Amino acid sequence: MVEQESPLKPVWQPGSHGNFAAGIGVYLSESAPGSIVQLAAWAGKEKAVLQAIKAVAGLKLPDGAGGGAPGEARAAFGFAPGKFLVIDEQEGLAERFTQALDIETGTVTDLSHGRTAIRIAGPKAEWVLSKFFAIDFSATAFPIGAGRSTVHHEIFVHIQRSAPTQFELYVFRSFARSFWQALCRASEEVGYEVQ
Amino acid sequence: MLITCPYCGPRNVSEYTYQGDGNRTRPDPASTDQAAWNEYVYDRLNPAGDHHEIWQHSGGCRAHLRVTRNTLTHVVTEVSFARDAGHRKSERHRKPGAHA
Repeated sequence: MVEQESPLKPVWQPGSHGNFAAGIGVYLSESAPGSIVQLAAWAGKEKAVLQAIKAVAGLKLPDGAGGGAPGEARAAFGFAPGKFLVIDEQEGLAERFTQALDIETGTVTDLSHGRTAIRIAGPKAEWVLSKFFAIDFSATAFPIGAGRSTVHHEIFVHIQRSAPTQFELYVFRSFARSFWQALCRASEEVGYEVQ
Repeated sequence: MLITCPYCGPRNVSEYTYQGDGNRTRPDPASTDQAAWNEYVYDRLNPAGDHHEIWQHSGGCRAHLRVTRNTLTHVVTEVSFARDAGHRKSERHRKPGAHA
């Protein structure tokens, strides 16, 4: 496998920043998973793809729009009709899905090098994300495990809520540095720590 | 203006891309019927009221949607996946060459 290099490296500044005297509002980090794989089911084959996710990744996704399963080692969520994003901290997930899913059922796209995974956690995570995206981040509208696809201006993002105050953002790699800098600026008012 | 995507829920219009009038019927690609192609390319109903449109949720799930939008009030009364519903047959057509 080709060694992955973070696009955030030139602007990466670990430590506390902004208005953190009264406490850290959000913790920002790059989770850098080994695999990010997109699965797309042909019409009527969604159930077969969900079964493949269960067989390969061991994750059971709930029915319904944006349903997902969070996890440290592996996570998955739906982000569009019949389309799912599966994340694994290990490399090689795409090959395993290619073997498990035949072409009549759906397609497998390896995005491991095409997306940058950014984690935002902390008591002010909902507040900071609400400044970027016009969607409801409350726990009732956006439960743990659920996935959403939305945009910040032209920057397309997939979001999964992985814990009560923690979100995983999957951003196009080429936009990731710019997005990261905007995220840092937006986090200044609440105080942030880059980990 | 909000459009309620059947998958994503209510989202701002800035997440969507307008894909055109939903009343058109594309002629058979092999057809040389000039009047039919002229109608497909140029003739629009331009109603003051409910209008059938195709929108893509380009900043979201990327699905193509059939939307009924009121051109006077921007109230969206009906949204469904374009792929589920297929083509909606036009209720009426402007006659080729007719005056407004």
